[in-house]
Amino acid sequence: MNELVKCTGLCRDFGSVRALDGVDLTLEPGKIVGLLGPNGSGKTTLIKILNGLLQPTAGTVEICGAAPGPISKSLISYLPDRGYFPDWMRVEDMVELFDDFYADFDRVKAGEMCLTLGLEPGSRIKTLSKGTKEKMQLMLVMSRKAKLYLLDEPIAGVDPAAREFIMKTILTNYNEDGTVLISTHLLLDVEQVLDEAIFLQRGRVVLHEAVDSIRERTGDSVDALFRQMFRSDMW
Amino acid sequence: MDFQIQGSRPIWLQLAEQLRQRIVTGVYPPGSHFPSVRELAAEAGVNPNTMQRAMTQLETDGLVITNRTAGRTVTDDPAALEAMRGQLAAERTGEYFKDMKALGYSRADAAEIARREGEKNDE
Repeated sequence: MNELVKCTGLCRDFGSVRALDGVDLTLEPGKIVGLLGPNGSGKTTLIKILNGLLQPTAGTVEICGAAPGPISKSLISYLPDRGYFPDWMRVEDMVELFDDFYADFDRVKAGEMCLTLGLEPGSRIKTLSKGTKEKMQLMLVMSRKAKLYLLDEPIAGVDPAAREFIMKTILTNYNEDGTVLISTHLLLDVEQVLDEAIFLQRGRVVLHEAVDSIRERTGDSVDALFRQMFRSDMW
Repeated sequence: MDFQIQGSRPIWLQLAEQLRQRIVTGVYPPGSHFPSVRELAAEAGVNPNTMQRAMTQLETDGLVITNRTAGRTVTDDPAALEAMRGQLAAERTGEYFKDMKALGYSRADAAEIARREGEKNDE
């Protein structure tokens, strides 16, 4: 048993809309995996099911062999697609809170990342720009020594230079035995960081393959393949 | 020289090529300590597993030696370095002749053009 994540026949409906439609997915430890797909393809829904925020309508999820629950939450470090922090708190308060909350939180690492990301511990959250807030969230999430990092759109709100910086931060700070699942549609910025790419289309996994194997097979970049496969979805 | 990752070819291949270039041109001198996979991956901004694959290729090439205790070093065997230098030169010259053929030049003409342009660069 070497599976970190195992999904079988996963479905999720929102009213009459089927957001996930029979997802079978296995993730191994020690990989950086891109969860890629156009808007509305089910990326966030899948991530929320993995971390136990949503229940599947049908199918099963296992994280390290068990259904999502208190134990899986201690193994998963989750970066939501939006901020949820109280405005009046300071960056250092958040570090304090995370340190209290998570046994695997590394304060020293948090301090280092604040320095490299240019985060002032004394700043109040309401004074931070959108990009800086995202950096702070990332700092908190990556300072944990987790088994599974679920990063929902970690680079959507920042400029291209900061994107590169954030990808490097992820690359140099993730726990080597852990797996990082990054959802994004900004493929050009993440392609060279990924081991594997998962393409979601209308709630189904249409491709799950190693990035270099895609490049060898198609003679083209994953970004090019993505554009080609999803062109018909754009209008 | 920074790592350059381009569009379509496998990333590990591009990394291996650029590391070979660095070794042959003495950026990492013969016999010197070779950076770790993690350092190189961070420098290039690529996945460590991808860099590991490039590193394995360099070991197969005989350019990098892995010692069980002391990490990796660049080979100090002049023959191995010279062989790789020759291979890189042959690959690039081959590309040149392919390009010139596409432009409609014969092999002799292409060689003559190379000689002439080379002399121009000397001036």
